[in-house]
Amino acid sequence: MLTGLFIILLIIILIATIVYGKRLIKIEKIDAVFGNPERSKGGYHWIIAGSCSILLLWFYFSWDVARSFFPNSANELCQVAKVRDSLVSIKYVFPIEQKTLKSSDFIKRENRNIELLNNQIKQSSIANKDKDKLIFLLVETQSLIKILSDEKYLNPEIKNKVLGVANQIDSLSKNIQNKNYPEFDSLSSEEKIAIKKQGFWGETGAEVPFYPNTKFGLKFDAASKELNKIVEQFFLIKNNSEVFEKKSKELDSVIENYRDTLAESQEVETQFAREVSKIYGRVTRSNIFPANVLDPVEQSVVRFEEVQKKEQGSLKIIDTLLFPGGTVVASGQTCSEQGSGRWLPKPTDTLKEFLHLLDPNQGYKNVPLFWYEMMGINKVVDFILPDWIADLVPGKYPVHNNEGKVISNFKSNVLDIVTGNFELFSIPVPSGHIWDSFLRVFLGLTLGILCGVPLGLFMGLSRFAAGYFDPLIELYRPVPPLAWAPLIITVFGIDNSGKIFLLFIVSFAIMVISARAGASGTQLSKIHAAHSLGASHWQILKEVIFPNSLPEILTGIRVAIGVCWGTLVAAEFLAGTTGIGFVENVARKYMQYEVIWITIFVMGLLGLLFDIGMRKIINKTIPWRGKG
Amino acid sequence: MSDLVSENLNMVFTSPKGETVHAIQNLNFVLKKGELLTVLGPSGCGKTTLLNITAGFLRPTSGKITLGGKEINGPGLERGMVFQQGALFEWLTVADNVNFGLRMKKEDPKKIAEKVEEWLEIVGLQGFGNTPTYQLSGGMQQRIALARCLINDPDLILMDEPLGALDALTREKMQSLVLKIWKETGKTIVLITHSVEEALLLGQKLYVMAPRPGRLHKEYQLPFAKMGLSTDLRQIKNEKEFVKKREEILTMIWNMEEEIMGKDI
Repeated sequence: MLTGLFIILLIIILIATIVYGKRLIKIEKIDAVFGNPERSKGGYHWIIAGSCSILLLWFYFSWDVARSFFPNSANELCQVAKVRDSLVSIKYVFPIEQKTLKSSDFIKRENRNIELLNNQIKQSSIANKDKDKLIFLLVETQSLIKILSDEKYLNPEIKNKVLGVANQIDSLSKNIQNKNYPEFDSLSSEEKIAIKKQGFWGETGAEVPFYPNTKFGLKFDAASKELNKIVEQFFLIKNNSEVFEKKSKELDSVIENYRDTLAESQEVETQFAREVSKIYGRVTRSNIFPANVLDPVEQSVVRFEEVQKKEQGSLKIIDTLLFPGGTVVASGQTCSEQGSGRWLPKPTDTLKEFLHLLDPNQGYKNVPLFWYEMMGINKVVDFILPDWIADLVPGKYPVHNNEGKVISNFKSNVLDIVTGNFELFSIPVPSGHIWDSFLRVFLGLTLGILCGVPLGLFMGLSRFAAGYFDPLIELYRPVPPLAWAPLIITVFGIDNSGKIFLLFIVSFAIMVISARAGASGTQLSKIHAAHSLGASHWQILKEVIFPNSLPEILTGIRVAIGVCWGTLVAAEFLAGTTGIGFVENVARKYMQYEVIWITIFVMGLLGLLFDIGMRKIINKTIPWRGKG
Repeated sequence: MSDLVSENLNMVFTSPKGETVHAIQNLNFVLKKGELLTVLGPSGCGKTTLLNITAGFLRPTSGKITLGGKEINGPGLERGMVFQQGALFEWLTVADNVNFGLRMKKEDPKKIAEKVEEWLEIVGLQGFGNTPTYQLSGGMQQRIALARCLINDPDLILMDEPLGALDALTREKMQSLVLKIWKETGKTIVLITHSVEEALLLGQKLYVMAPRPGRLHKEYQLPFAKMGLSTDLRQIKNEKEFVKKREEILTMIWNMEEEIMGKDI
């Protein structure tokens, strides 16, 4: 219900923003000229309208609109699907959804087969005696089709049986129009228990509850059960007149006898005989009826379909309007969502799943999405301070004395500190999948910037550096980052170091190239000016060339963030046990569409945040860009 | 005395096609301390090359230029330069641009601030210290460039068409400013320009250079710069003597240009 309210709210906001925007266009005449760039500025209401549209489309195509406003519709459609499923086999016999009668189709096909085989036999080089025999057998087989198609030979009982089936279908048609249908108890005791156990649509793991939850559904469920029985009866009717039985038995033995007389060397004849035997088999099993004998059943089925569709009433409209890109009915007996509702998770479910993942005690694969953990300060100290500091302290590490004890001295105390061998207090540090991914990008990028920018500047200023490092950079830069992954995983392992190194080489090339472009793009007059103002080489580098290349460097960072982020997710797909790409990869294996979409959203949002952050930094640090 | 002396200066470039271009040929001149020299000539006559050699950005092929007896070998603080487009550092504020040279010398920040104030006042930009340079107009930017150069107290000021990109009104104001600064500081100034009027107005001495090879064509001693210190510049421009000189030089340059380009219809 909450979802329903939210959807209505979205629609209201969307309409309101559109109306507001329209009115604004009427009021504002200042920038009335088409092509004026001013016309693309502002327009925050359109941002809201766009967001609402996306959300509404999402709600609609994931069938969440249907679920929030008609929570029982899927279950009812499932019962309709059962009815449809029961009729599929019987409809297949008649030209209802097919173009032709199944029997006619069969006869047409087999007549052609017989003709083809006839020609082949005539043109073959076998003895005339065998030719005659085989053609005789073929003609006899074809005469079986004639017997089956002729009403003259029809067993009179069959017409009654057909009428009986038709009547049953007709009476069902009449019954389901009755308000109280089914008047009998159509549910078995097991089914009654199952109905109580099954939840609503989307509540349990199963996509659509299977057993009828509503009276409406019960009607279709009961009808489908009755139909199943009637259809069973229909397919028990066989066209086996006495003439046919006799003739086919005779022919069978003749064919078998002839096949027995054939010697092993008569390969061609054996082949032909086998073909004849196959056609004979198909004809005897075909259950062909004379053309109009089954008409009563066909008509009753058509009538039933009409009634059934009418009985669906508003559900039919809901099905067409609110189940875009597919329907539940198409799934038949399996009662699952078939269409966009299947792979596009509903916003409500996605939000629920997201909140579930955000819960630090749940997370994904025992790792929270984004949380913190307490880390001892000693570990931080150990990480920051190198161990060799202790070696620099004068003196020697203590040795054990006569009493078998080791008394610590200053040097060993220092060693304890730098190796983190002490306990003090803990500080919270971020952790989780998102943080891991972020940290990898951050470290890889930072390393790339720290190494790439100086080298790039150097290359932009020195002929030696430009030439000497050019082959290295230009050879590895065009290689797709992931092409490095197998090698890097082998060398560095699947842990953080490998991924950070991968991101490092990716960002390094970008930073070198952008810093180089920045440095070599410095105006000569500015450098001349700095020279004549008495700046040293280092000062020129620091005060003129570096600031002058900042725009290029920052643009490079912006590009590098995007590429790094993409590479990281792909790298996490390959290997690892944490990270947002890892989550998506595992979710893919278990077909957890909600989780897949959550990871996609998280990546999109983080990318957006990175970019907004970079844009803010760019506006703050280089407002002078392009204005020199 | 810190005179600027050019002795047999030669500068030969090799173009990418392999042709040799004689940008400057056997140039000899003496510029006394405190003189204001304007250099005029059609494009390609080696004006800018001469200035770049004087500033130390280029090494001459042969011959030398000395300032105060010392041969010029690389850029130095005693020769300040003002560029055509200002060549300001747009990432710095006005004050940081002006005090750039002092900061490079690592002078006392307090002293720097005082000097900046002083110079901003001289060029008429008081109170603009914290403004980013890119927000200023072309004329203001050129004033900053002037202040940035002068704050280092150079012996020689080199100006490479400093007023070329300004509109007529601003240009006239800046011409007065240049004259005022010349008078107040007594610096030696070399100013390159395309404008005959400007060369006549500002030049105490005027060299007209000829192209291919770049050489000194004619030398003038002019009274107008001295007059400009006390009289309105527009008035000077209307004086008979001024008009006569202007036409003379214009014809000279036109003839040179025609020699190179061929006569236009």
